[in-house]
Amino acid sequence: MKWLGLGLVVVAAFLGAVVLGPVHVPLAGLAASDIVRTLRLPRALLAFLVGGSLALSGAGLQALIRNPLADPFLLGLSGGAGLGAVAAIALHLASPWALPLAAFAGALGATALVYRLGLVGGGELDPRVLILAGVAVGAFAAAVTTAIVSLSDAAELRNTFLWLWGGLSGASWDSVLVLAVYLPLPLAVLFAAARPLDLLALGEEPARHLGADVESLKRRVFVAASLLAAVCVAVSGVIGFVGLVVPHAMRTLWGHRHRPLLPAAFLGGGALLALSDTVARVAVAPRELPVGIVTALVGVPVFALLLRRWTTS
Amino acid sequence: MDHELILDVRDVSYRYPGAGAGADALAGVSLAARAGAVHAVLGPNGSGKTTLLRVALGVLAPATGGSRILGRPAAAWSRRELARVVGVVTQREENLFPQRVRETVLLGRYARLSLWGAERPEDRAAVTRALERCDVLSLADRWIWTLSGGEYQRVRLARALAQEPRLLVLDEPTASLDVRHEMELFQLVRALADRDGLAVVLITHHVNLAARFADRVLLLSGGQPAGEGPPGDVLSRETVERVFAWPVSIAPFEGRPQVIPLRKDHT
Repeated sequence: MKWLGLGLVVVAAFLGAVVLGPVHVPLAGLAASDIVRTLRLPRALLAFLVGGSLALSGAGLQALIRNPLADPFLLGLSGGAGLGAVAAIALHLASPWALPLAAFAGALGATALVYRLGLVGGGELDPRVLILAGVAVGAFAAAVTTAIVSLSDAAELRNTFLWLWGGLSGASWDSVLVLAVYLPLPLAVLFAAARPLDLLALGEEPARHLGADVESLKRRVFVAASLLAAVCVAVSGVIGFVGLVVPHAMRTLWGHRHRPLLPAAFLGGGALLALSDTVARVAVAPRELPVGIVTALVGVPVFALLLRRWTTS
Repeated sequence: MDHELILDVRDVSYRYPGAGAGADALAGVSLAARAGAVHAVLGPNGSGKTTLLRVALGVLAPATGGSRILGRPAAAWSRRELARVVGVVTQREENLFPQRVRETVLLGRYARLSLWGAERPEDRAAVTRALERCDVLSLADRWIWTLSGGEYQRVRLARALAQEPRLLVLDEPTASLDVRHEMELFQLVRALADRDGLAVVLITHHVNLAARFADRVLLLSGGQPAGEGPPGDVLSRETVERVFAWPVSIAPFEGRPQVIPLRKDHT
């Protein structure tokens, strides 16, 4: 029943993304329409895959850090990716293929730095140190990003800010291709980690005695979740709140066991971002809002509600 | 009962990284756990009890000596293989997300499930058996946070039993329980050795209960063995006073030594 409901939401979000837009395309002409084929369809797919990956990354990081507030942004990954992209724009390397690669490099740099700082306490990754390291690295990346932006000229500045705020307006079959190449491996790693992540919620020592190889599990999940977030930022800029809010919402419906939770978070995140992007395209047509603003407008109140539930229960 | 040797820890030493010379957390400690017997590990706080558990189960690698489980070096077992042979009730655990009793006991089946496969009927049966064995079947649908301390410990014991282990290790299982729940748990543990043939290693600072329920005790003092053998042999007045640094009197009860701490005179 729950799965059927979620499936219907996904289909509705997808249909809405394809059918709705500033240009009216009659239902009968959907398949033949160039607008649908070259613009709306890849964009809907991109929104779905990015939203799903962000939500999945957040769900994995929350279990890993054993902190319900963990998500790719809190851990500095998205900030690093943003810095990489902005640096590429400032260096005039912003070709459609170079930008994702630069963002990707930035995210990996931030991941490595956060991971290294997380090991400061000794041989074991400390989840609390990790999240502090993430906040520090994120703040540092934001400072450098702002410095670069304030030194660049006006036209670049506008593009950079639009990109940073999360835009799917650059969607094309090429960017869908980038996702299709990068996503399968980290997705498979995270889905395969569902059961041991249930154990990890008890703490490392109990998880170990129940049969989880804790050190390797933490490494795998951290790298896979980082990769997901990095690829998302690379193709669509910084989109907040999906990684934080969607896993929470799905927990209230599916509980905390990761085998149902992870796929539900992926579908829910995809539907939310596809829906948000439709709103972003339609709300102020013919102009368009960055989708990151829409997810923030939806996400902050939802998060406030969840936080209240969490603290009062 | 064949009293098969399940856990064989020989002469292990361990020093935590960064600890100074002569600050060994364990030095020359041996422990043998056999099927059908309860082996208590006793000692004051910080005497190396939990470190011994970690070395015995291959979580820490000893500097000298070694630990074998069913004849195979502890370090050679994968965590998954080991979880099918050894069930551990750790001193504490977290409850990050709310869980029901049956769900948390089902986690004990992890090491017996395939990567993608769902729980099989035999897994559900093992969970029900474990809940029944620990007398918590009636709590199966309750949320963990609604349990009393004694119920919670028996649920955690049920999770370890759902692993269907040969060896059961309990680290301070009665730390904050009242007398009734304490006795219930110790009697249950004794029955698991007697009736189910499990080897049990029971880490506790509860000298008297260990003396009454254990077949053998290992007394640790500052990481060194201060005695090993039947409770009546190990728990002499001199030894207990030296290890726990407090004057005591020893009184026999049902053939087992019981330690009565004395009051020091205030002069």
